[in-house]
Amino acid sequence: MPALTATPDGDRAIVIRRRFNAPPELIYDCWTVPALLRRWLLGPQGWTMPVCMVDARIGGTYRYEWRKEESGDTMGLTGTFTALDRPHRLASSEVFDKDWTGGPALVEIALNSVAGGTDMIQTITYASAQAREGALFSGMTEGMEAGFQRLDAIAAETPV
Amino acid sequence: MPSTLDFTFAALADPTRRAILARLMAGEASVAELAEPFAMSQPAISKHLKVLERAGLISRGRDAQRRPARIQGEALAQATSWLERYRSVWEANFERLDTLLSDLQAGPGRNDSHN
Repeated sequence: MPALTATPDGDRAIVIRRRFNAPPELIYDCWTVPALLRRWLLGPQGWTMPVCMVDARIGGTYRYEWRKEESGDTMGLTGTFTALDRPHRLASSEVFDKDWTGGPALVEIALNSVAGGTDMIQTITYASAQAREGALFSGMTEGMEAGFQRLDAIAAETPV
Repeated sequence: MPSTLDFTFAALADPTRRAILARLMAGEASVAELAEPFAMSQPAISKHLKVLERAGLISRGRDAQRRPARIQGEALAQATSWLERYRSVWEANFERLDTLLSDLQAGPGRNDSHN
């Protein structure tokens, strides 16, 4: 299983690195084609992606909305592309609807061919050190929730 | 009866409380010191501090005048696992992407119709 690393970089960025068994073109398309995006960019278990719109050009925007089926909670994200160099690079500036961090995050995705597939390096640069903390906290609460769902399932001896 | 973990969830689900915790990691602070960057009233900050205290994430000093808030040791230990939790959410996404990539590379006639 290709190992995912998530590493803080400086005081404002997180670098996510992961290998995939597929060529860069396919990964790039999975990041930019709505029908493909909504099959994987879902966050923790229990969330769906009712809205996924992408205008894949420089200055074009994308709009994602996720919904937690159990509670009706929703989460929305809007982004604008600043670079689209298929298959090796895409970049954007994005902000969640419930943004309190005082600014958008810059996302850079680099897709490099390696033997057997692609090495992806995703760099997310937040508006401030505090914004990055907020993102990590959000990851924790959602991740904890997913973890507790798995614990519940194990306790009930049912598959998740 | 809510568990301690429910209190922790509730405490961390609020962005202002997360920001308060982030500030307290740099050192203890009084209500007045915390209120200033948020342009929030001291009673409003105090309400947030009560939630954090109930969750065991902060403690309040006994100095009656200032009652400075400080991070509890356990919260600091949890801080190092934030990144791990964040990473695990991304890993869930990428595991789904692995499955999708397999399906796409399996060729025509293997159309994955379920979501």
